[in-house]
Amino acid sequence: MTQSLVKTTRRQLLAGAAATSGVLAAPGILRAQGAPVKLGVVHPVTGFLQFSGSQCRFGAETAIAEINAAGGIKSLGGAQIEAVLGDAQSKPEIGAAEVERFQDEGVHAIVGAFASGICLATTQAAAKHGIPHVVDVGVNDKIVTRGLENTFRFGPGFGVITKAGVQGLIDLNAAADNPVKTCVIVHENTTPFGSFMAGLMKEGLEPAGFEVLEILPHPTPNKDFRNIALKIKELNPDVVIPSHYYNEGVLFLRTLQRQRVSPKVIYSVLGGASSQYRFLGEFPEAAQGVFDCNHWIDPKNEAAQALRAKTEAAGKSFSYEVFLAYTATMFAADAIERAGSPDRAKITEAMAASTWDGHFMPYGPTAMDDGQNTGSQPLVTQIQGEEIEVVAPADFATKPAKFPFA
Amino acid sequence: MDVFGLTLPSYSWETVAGSMISGVFLGALYALVALGLTIVYGVLHIINFAHGALLMIFMYAVYFLWSAVGLDPYVSLIILIPGGFLAGYALQRGVIGRFSHGRDEITLLVTLGIAIIIENGALFAFSATERQVVVPYDFDGIDLGVTYAVWPEIAALAGSLVVTVAVWLFMTRTDTGRAIQAVAKERRGAELMGIDVDHIYGISFGIGAACVAAAACLLAPTYAVHPQFGYLFVLIAFTVVVLGGMGSFAGALVGGFIIGITEQIGRLYLGESLGLITISATFILILLLRPTGLFGQRQ
Repeated sequence: MTQSLVKTTRRQLLAGAAATSGVLAAPGILRAQGAPVKLGVVHPVTGFLQFSGSQCRFGAETAIAEINAAGGIKSLGGAQIEAVLGDAQSKPEIGAAEVERFQDEGVHAIVGAFASGICLATTQAAAKHGIPHVVDVGVNDKIVTRGLENTFRFGPGFGVITKAGVQGLIDLNAAADNPVKTCVIVHENTTPFGSFMAGLMKEGLEPAGFEVLEILPHPTPNKDFRNIALKIKELNPDVVIPSHYYNEGVLFLRTLQRQRVSPKVIYSVLGGASSQYRFLGEFPEAAQGVFDCNHWIDPKNEAAQALRAKTEAAGKSFSYEVFLAYTATMFAADAIERAGSPDRAKITEAMAASTWDGHFMPYGPTAMDDGQNTGSQPLVTQIQGEEIEVVAPADFATKPAKFPFA
Repeated sequence: MDVFGLTLPSYSWETVAGSMISGVFLGALYALVALGLTIVYGVLHIINFAHGALLMIFMYAVYFLWSAVGLDPYVSLIILIPGGFLAGYALQRGVIGRFSHGRDEITLLVTLGIAIIIENGALFAFSATERQVVVPYDFDGIDLGVTYAVWPEIAALAGSLVVTVAVWLFMTRTDTGRAIQAVAKERRGAELMGIDVDHIYGISFGIGAACVAAAACLLAPTYAVHPQFGYLFVLIAFTVVVLGGMGSFAGALVGGFIIGITEQIGRLYLGESLGLITISATFILILLLRPTGLFGQRQ
């Protein structure tokens, strides 16, 4: 025993002390790793927006699972992200109530809430408590122009989308020697997005020489589009510009097909169904040739294709809701990583100063200006055969446009 | 065109005629859904809040028969009608009748509870994703000149007429039908005459459920199903039932057509959103003139 003590060198003693202190300190580290970062994930997973809300939730949960599997938030010692799920029930006031619950549960940031009307309410409620809120889809530009310091939108708003939509239509028409001149706009008017969109489209198209024959609004949900199809038949426009949610998008395009209404071009702007693989799979005939200016991935990015494969393997349709919510969640996680703290104010600062470029959207490096990612843009797609092809802008195009189609 | 100081858009006669024809097709769908509702009210004197949920769950059945076995929705009628009857019978005898203790207000709440359970069960089991039956004849049909009638619409119209006539024949030409009418008019008297009232209640609910199962088969080729689908039709079906006269089969059919045509013409001239007020306006007007509804009998 004595012999062994004598044999212990100073180096061995220091190493032992270091090891002991490491063991003693371990619970502290384990505690730090064990403290998860709470992320509120609010979407309308019931009610008339339930399909889109569920798609968004899937996108957000997939992102969270990937982040956690890759070691969590490294600047917080590998802290895992814990999703605190909320259901806005397709109603803005319920969305706001869910944010209040998030506050009680101590969330560090929020991602959500799909529809513009709900996003307006949830961001407002989050601002009251200083919770940073990343809007995943909500395209109403009022969401980011109310001076709320906690609110960030990674994707484009309808101002940018409509402008790109108008310009895309003008460019496609010019490239085809201007075969179309008259148009009818069909839009949903239950939520703020459709009505604002229609007004902006009209303002953009008329100075470019297009004649807007009529604007036809409809409620959401809507179970019948035969009247609208009959009106379009009588007006006989060159272009029909629809803008609505998925269910109505499918029913509208099917009704046009059923009523043998075939304008030269169907050019959707945020068309709901017009760039959805599910619609293409179920009604390939009605989907053929339909254009859509909408949120879309960089089609050449491998990570985007990996998410598509993962989504389809889960039995889900790869839609804009999925990849926008996924990207918004990744953006939030990156900001928490950069903040190196779960403090809400620091996360908000990190979001505002973010230069994140590890995403697969066609946006370039992130640059927030008053909460809006200034590089974000939509792409113009067209359904051709069994694929949704990007036809504009040229940098991202996978196929040339077939314009006019009919 | 000016009507009561309102400037309305003017359309060609083809568009107006096309709109009216589409109203007939839409009305046929309303009538189909309303028929089951009016049978249950006519006999049990209860407003079945679970009607929409049953419609939805039967549509899921149609969808899964189509997606799993490849069964056409119209072939599914052979399975769904008897299946719907048995489900309705079991629901009335096993749940509604047992828990309501013969009190109308409790019955109402029990049906509401069933609706909540079915809807949330469907949300849990099938998720919120809409599921669409795709038939190869979805875009085929007959050119009526002013509009195009596709086979699913024609089938729904024919189906609503056939189901109404079949139910009417059953009620007037069979002993069970007459027993149902007897129970509807005078429950105690029917009981004293040896009619098993609980059994008749079960049969009535079963027929109501079978009607809604038929409606599900006829709606499936046009509409995608999701857990909230029932609300799309059942709220207007309630209006149709009251308008036509509660408990009246002919009332459900005629009421369905009136509401369908009124709605379509209203939407044509007033727009898709504002046009819906024509349903309420017609409803109020008819009830002012005939408080018991078009074919309703005074108590």
